[in-house]
This record gives sequence, C-alpha cells and structure tokens, in this order.
Amino acid sequence: MTLLCLLVVPFIGGSLCCWLQRFGAAHARRVALGTMALTLALAAGLWLSGDYSQTLLPSGASQPGHWAQHFSVPWIPRLGIRFSLGLDGLSLLLVTLTALLGVLAVACSWREIESDAGFFYMNLLWNLAGVIGVFLATDLFLFFLFWEVMLVPMFFLIALWGHDIPGGRPRLYAAIKFFIFTQSAGLVMLVAILALVFAHYRASGVLTFGYADLLATPMSTRTGLWILIGFFLGFAVKLPVVPLHSWLPDAHSQAPTAGSVILAGVLLKTAAYGLLRYLLPLFPAAVAQLAPVAMWLGVLGIVYGAVCAFGQNDAKRLVAYTSISHMGFILVGVFAGTEEALQGVIMQILAHGISAAGLFILCGELYERLETRDLRNMGGLWARFSNLPQFGLFFILASLGLPGLGNFLGEFLILLGTFKTHPGMAMLAAVGLVLSAVYSLILMQRAFYGRSGADSPLPDLDRREFAILSSLMAVTIWLGLYPRPFFEVSRAPTQALQALNSPAATAASTTSIERVVP
Amino acid sequence: MTHPQLPALSPILIVSATSVVVMLAIAIKRHHTFVASVSIAGLALALVSTAGVWPAFATPHAIMALLIIDPFACFYLGVILIAALAVSALLHTYLGRYQGHREEMYLLLLLSTLGGMIMVASRHFVSFFIGLELLSMPMYGMAAYLVNERRSLEAGMKYLVLSAVASAFIVFGMALIYSQTGTMVFGDIGAKLAELTDGESIVMLGAALLLIGLGFKLSLAPFHLWTPDVYEGAPAPVASFLATASKIAVFALLLRYVIDTQATRYAVLVNALATLAILSIVVGNVLALRQSNLKRLLAYSAIAHFGYMLVALIASGPLATEAVGIYLLTYSITTLAAFGVITLVSSPLDHEVQALSDYRGLFWQHPGLAAILTLALLSLAGVPLTAGFLGKFYVLGAGVDRRQWLLLGAIVSGSAVGLYFYLRAMIQLYLRAGPAPASADTALCFPAAARSIPAAVSAPVHWAWDAGGGALVVLLLLMLTLGVYPSPFIKLAQGAGIEPQPPTPMLTAVRR
Repeated sequence: MTLLCLLVVPFIGGSLCCWLQRFGAAHARRVALGTMALTLALAAGLWLSGDYSQTLLPSGASQPGHWAQHFSVPWIPRLGIRFSLGLDGLSLLLVTLTALLGVLAVACSWREIESDAGFFYMNLLWNLAGVIGVFLATDLFLFFLFWEVMLVPMFFLIALWGHDIPGGRPRLYAAIKFFIFTQSAGLVMLVAILALVFAHYRASGVLTFGYADLLATPMSTRTGLWILIGFFLGFAVKLPVVPLHSWLPDAHSQAPTAGSVILAGVLLKTAAYGLLRYLLPLFPAAVAQLAPVAMWLGVLGIVYGAVCAFGQNDAKRLVAYTSISHMGFILVGVFAGTEEALQGVIMQILAHGISAAGLFILCGELYERLETRDLRNMGGLWARFSNLPQFGLFFILASLGLPGLGNFLGEFLILLGTFKTHPGMAMLAAVGLVLSAVYSLILMQRAFYGRSGADSPLPDLDRREFAILSSLMAVTIWLGLYPRPFFEVSRAPTQALQALNSPAATAASTTSIERVVP
Repeated sequence: MTHPQLPALSPILIVSATSVVVMLAIAIKRHHTFVASVSIAGLALALVSTAGVWPAFATPHAIMALLIIDPFACFYLGVILIAALAVSALLHTYLGRYQGHREEMYLLLLLSTLGGMIMVASRHFVSFFIGLELLSMPMYGMAAYLVNERRSLEAGMKYLVLSAVASAFIVFGMALIYSQTGTMVFGDIGAKLAELTDGESIVMLGAALLLIGLGFKLSLAPFHLWTPDVYEGAPAPVASFLATASKIAVFALLLRYVIDTQATRYAVLVNALATLAILSIVVGNVLALRQSNLKRLLAYSAIAHFGYMLVALIASGPLATEAVGIYLLTYSITTLAAFGVITLVSSPLDHEVQALSDYRGLFWQHPGLAAILTLALLSLAGVPLTAGFLGKFYVLGAGVDRRQWLLLGAIVSGSAVGLYFYLRAMIQLYLRAGPAPASADTALCFPAAARSIPAAVSAPVHWAWDAGGGALVVLLLLMLTLGVYPSPFIKLAQGAGIEPQPPTPMLTAVRR
C-alpha cells in the first residue's frame, strides 16, 4: 500500500498544483515542495522500517527470494497483465534518490519559473511519479508504460520552459529529438517484451507479463540474444550509449534547471536500473555473449564523452557530456559480472545523480546572475562571489573523482571489479579518470579563475540556494566517507545478480565488500 | 424472411425506420433541433437493440444468403452506431449557424450509416455492393454540403469521381471471381477456390481489382491521393464520419472476406497486402511531416493507421481479429474526439479553423478542449496510458505472435517518424500567442504562418453544454477508460470473433 502511495502522492500533488495556479503561483510552489517532501518522508520511512536482506532473485543456493514490499492487483486478465509493484534494496535506493532530487528540483526552480508555475510543477511532479513507477513496477507491461509515460511531462518541461540557444536551435527541437529517440527505442523494447512474453507462452502455455514468472523462460540462445538486443537498444538510448547519445547534450543544456536536474539525476538512472533489474536477470546466457560489445561501448562512451566535454564552450553542455562519460563507467560495470563492479555501479548511480544535480543547479544559478552560460564570457568569478565558487569547486572535484567523495568510490569499485575479469578493459576505462580530471579542471579554470570581464561583485547565494547546495554536499560526503548503509541495502540484489551471471566469478571474487570498505 | 430473422435485423430496421421518419419530418415542417433529436434517438435505439441482439445471436444467424448476424457483426454495428451518434451530435453544433437547409444532412447521415451497417453484416457480394453504394452515395452529398464554399464542393466532386471509379473496380473484380467460382457467398468462394484447377489467373486478377477498389475506400497508399483534399474540404463532422464509420465498415468487411475465403493461404495476396501496408505506413507518416493544416495532418495519419491495421490483418489468427477490433474502436474514438475539437472551435465562426497556427495557445483560453485534443494526438501517436496505445500494443502483439518482423520494423519506424508531427501539433496548443523566436531553424518546428500574430481562438464559452460538447465529453471519458481500464472493451472485442461458416446448401451452378 505504501508503494501505491509513493506513486499517487506526486500524481495528486501535481494535479493540485495545476489547479492552484489560479490562486497564485506561491501556493502551487508550496504544495509542490510539500508533496515531494512527503514522498521523501515515505521513502525514508520505508528504508528505516523495512528489511532489505532479501531480493526476488535467489542469492543463495536454495533460498527463494522475495520482495521487501509488494502490491499487486489484477488489471487486464486477458493478457496476463497485473498492476504489480515491488520494492527491494535497489529500488529503494533509487526511489529515495528520486524523491530527494525532486525536493531539490522544486526548490531550485522557486524563482526561475515565473510563467505558468502551476502547470510547470504539475509536469515536474507527474514526471517524478512516472520515474518512481519505473523503479517500482514488477510487471513488464507496467514497467514499459511508466517508461514511456515519464517522457511526456519532460517533453513539456523542455519545450515550454527551456532555453533557446542564441543563434542556435530552438528548444522545441531538443524536446522533440529527446522524445523521438527515447520513444522509438522504447517501441523496439516493447517488441522485445512481447517476444519474451510469447516465448514464455509457447513454452509454458501461460500468458503473463509478470517479472517473477518470466525470469526462467526457456528459450534458445539465439532467441534470447535477439530479445536481449531489443531490450539493450531500449536502455542504450536512455543511458546513453555513445552512438545513440546525440539527444542528450541538446536536451540537458536546453532544459530548465529543474528539468536538467531530473534528467541527469534520475532519468538516466532508469536505464541503469533497467539493465540491472531486467537485462541481467532475464537473459543470463545471452548476456555473456553481449558483454564484450557492451563493455567496449562503455569504454568508448567514457573517452568520447570526456573528449567532447573538454571542447565545449557552453557550461551546461559540458556538464551534459560529462554525464555521458560517467554513464560509460556504469555500462562497463554492469557487464563486468563481479559483485564489486555491481556495488560500484550502484554507488556511481547515487553519487553521479547527486553531483550532476549540484553542477546543473550551479549552472542555473550562474545563468540567473550572468545571463549567459558561455564560458568565454565568464572568468575570474571567484572574486565576484563569496560562496558560490566554493560550491562549484566542491562539485567539480566530486565529478573529477576526488577520493573521499562518492564518485571516487563508485568508479574505483567498478574498476576493481572489472579488473578481476577483464583487466585490459579496466585499464582503458581508467584512462577516463585522467580525462575527467582534465575536463573538470578546465571548467573550473575557465569559469572561476583567469581574467574577469568586470570587477563588480555579483549577488551571492540566498538562503534557499545555500540550503540546496549544502544538502547535496552533505550527501556526497556521506556517500564517500560512510557508504555502509547504502552497501548494506544493496548487498542482496548485487549478490543475486552476480550469482546469476557468473558462477565462475563467485570463486574468483573472494574479496568481500567489508575488506574493501571497512 | 422467417420470424427469428426480424429481431436479428432490428438494428438495421430501426435505422431504416428512423430515416423514413426524418424524411417525413423534413417534408412536414423544417426544424433543425427536432430532426437532429429524432436521428439521435433512432441511432441510440438501434445501439440499444444491438446490445440486446448480441447475446441472443451468439451463434451466427444467416439472413438468406446475403447477411449474417453474429457477434462480429454486432460489435462493428455498435462501433458504427457510436460513430454516427457522435457525428450527429457534432453536426447539430456545427450547423447551428448555417444559413441554408440543415435537416437533409441528418437524412444523408442515417442512410450512410445504414449502408455501413449492411456492409458489416454482409457475407455475399451483392449485399457487399449494396451496402457499399448506400454508404458512399450520401457521403458525396455530405462532403459537398456547404455548396457556397469552393473547397467543400471540390471535396465532394473529388470523392464522387474517385469513389465511383473504385466501385467500378470492385464490381469488375467481383464479376471475375464469380465467373470462376460460380458463387458469391464468401464462405463458398473459399471452398471453390481450393478446388479450382484452372482459371486461377482470372481469380487473381479479380482479387487484385477488388483489392484496388477497397484500397481506394480505405485510403491505403498508393490509392490515397484523395484523402487529404477531401478531409480538408468536407465539413469537420462529415470528415470524421468519413474517417471512422465508412472506413470501419469497409475494413470489417475486408476482414470477414479474408477470413471466410481463407485468403491468407495465398502468398501472392499476402505479399500484396504487406506491400500496401508498408507503403501506407511510409507515405502516411512521411507526407504529414510538413503539414500545417490540422485536418490534412489527421488525413495522413489515417493513412498510416490503416497501414498498421493491415499488419494485424496479415498476421491472421484469433489474436489478430481481436487486435483489429480493438484498434478500430480506439482509432474511431480518438479521431472523433480530434474532429470534435475542430468542430467546436469552429462553431461560433463562419469558417473552419484548420491551420495549426490558429490553434496556438488554445490551452490558455479553453483548457478542456486543448486537453482533449492533446489526449487525442498523443493517442494517435501511441503514447501509453492512452487509447491508441492499446491498439498499437495489440497490433504489435499480433505481429510478434506470427513473427512478421519486417512489418513490425515498419510499424516501429513509422511510429517514430509520426511522433514528430504529432508533437509539433500538440505543442502549438500550449505556446503563448506571440511571434515565434527568430531563429534559422524555426521553420523546422513552426509552420510558416506562425511567425505572424495568430487569430484569436474561439469556442463557445460553455461548450460542454450543447450537443457536440456533450458528445466530446463522452468521447474523452471513453478515451481515458480505454487507456487506463480497458478490460471491458477487450472482452467485447474478444467475443467478436468469426466462426468458420459451413457451406450454404443453395448454390447456383454457372454454365461454363
């Protein structure tokens, strides 16, 4: 029942915001903030009160798994579709991340959105409801439904409240490109889902879309590989994987600040979640065949994203390309097949979500004060603010992978885990660490150091912005210095995935997480 | 006609009686609202009787050799009657300000509906043709109804000439098939074709001509050229009737024909249908990309949608029949809603509001109408939680079940391309009125006319309270229900299957 509330609260809150618009934007803002705070409280309550030592996939030899929380009602019996939601450690972490970033997204757009704020918050909250639905759905039809539905409010956010690039493309172009890329990849994924369901029907005589029922579908390796490719294409566009990434720089840089925060912080993570939840468990045999290709694409993404980021003049576009680079690490880690790599993937998901959100919020605040995001017009800003550049330095160092912060932990664990099974791939991926230092420092240098165009001090962060950035900073430090709670919650899913995918690697990885992170 | 056949025919008889009553009413005294009410009441009564007939005639009941009343026929009778009801309500709003004679439109509508109803119940070439002509002839008059407008007359003339040519093709095809098989009953044609030793090429030619004629009626590419012009010129409710009821009738008949004659055994025919489907999907989606007129955009999208439906027909089987039923239902409701919004927006004015740029900012003045149009466009695009997604899901399922990978690829690519113009049309509703931003690439995204300040968008203030608005609210509820809780409708479509028919004892032998 709580799971249903997690979905319904943002949905109703969003509808309420749109209706409250007629009484003034302030009411709409407060209701939006309250709704997301309530969602965050629900997620925190679930975390503190639940037992996450098990997941649906069996992790031990004979132990059957189960969800920590479950909700299921029949929906379309003719097609075997149920409205079923389920929660385990992985979903919980991502739902909490979504709720937290939702609160911060509402807070950071307090002054930025002047026109039609109620409609804006409705789209934002409905988008978050859709994303929470993706993380909770355990029926493949419902998963696909939320996967596609979360695109429509984001389309409105970019198209109506986004920024046009002066002398460049209008924001509607970025919005339509984003929608077409992700929707058509989703349709390919739908064909793959249907193929899986019909393969299951032919083998067992039962037509069902339920996750638990489809887990051990007997099918030939060739069929499994084709269906896997269909699923992978759907996730690859969202992650994004490098040949299919061209929607991301436009969408991220032309979205409003709250839109970019949600896009980079949460929407990209739905693809990583899909890889972990659906791709690896449903096709264990075929994954081994796809793994080398996927890992090479991951390395390509790391290097390509970093190189493109270095050449950008638009600060927001630079941060968008760094997201591609960080997601490349996730792709490498998912297919590496060891428990460390998977724990690293989850840590990278959380840490990148927080640090990318911080960077986009900073870009938004700079834009509000300077009316430009062009790095050629910035410079010497360290002297003109009192607090903002320090936060800038912190988040840029986090993105760089400074030890002690969450991103380092994620990338290090991924490399450690990948080295066990694919040492050459890990060495190439480690090049990304060097490149991330390069682009992060160039961003810092061009924006905050060097010669400045004017000397007058600029308005600094007000209390609201200070609170947003401090809380992001606090979470990043917590992830880096005391990640134990996060690792404990995610242990069961990662162990189950690792047992599923490489039984040989179970013998190889004798190093447990406790020895790496005391 | 024996005693149990009269109740079976009751929907058809009721609509016939209503048309006679309407004709008399017009002759006695002209009164727009009275005639409209009589038509709506008659159609509603026919719909109720269809709901009553359906369970009573679960085993198919043949009316002579011409018609058959079975669950398949009842389902499509119901859909056509719903479409006719919605269109008559919209016509009442649309013709409210029309200065000429208004009542004849309802008479034409009833006769056309009657033709459609005969077509879906038909199992014989003769009733097929009678129904087809009864469906099409009043449409010529309806399309050209606004005789003072050049575009309406042009639409009527175009539709008349091309439709008559298509009917000629159909009759020629029927004659060729009859000459070789000696029977006109669909079920017997299949049996005879299986026994045929020579003359196959003549039958193939006849089938090809039949397909060409039906392709015209269904506006499949390459027989689609009339569609955008006729949709643009005809009055909006008439265009919606053309888009829904007439196409439903033809498609249902085609489906029954293909199943009864087991036409999917013949690889040549399946390949021909597949080519038509792929062409329609490509043509419909690609040609809509540059459209700046909402009605023409809906016309091209109709071409693409019938391409998708043809894929379900090619992937035959019980799931395919269910898929076609669901798709036709969802497509009709969505199209009626979209044209309904066009009708209501145009109704206070003396001209139709067709250009996309005239819809700019509709959400900020009439949020309800804009929300309905948004939902309709998203539904046509196939976004989940809308009615259109259910149809697309079923078609993809039918295709996957039969492993029609090429056709599935065409559907996926076509949908991806189609998203562009649906989104572009949809976002117009939400933009604030004002000049578009000056940028080199705006031509990609905004129609050229949007660069000037657009005309104020109008609609009656309390649009939900008149007949057309009420119909639109009902259509909105249906769209939402189909998207969120479709089980009842799926049960209906599942029950609307076709059982293979035993051969009729009466066969006319042909002299060879």
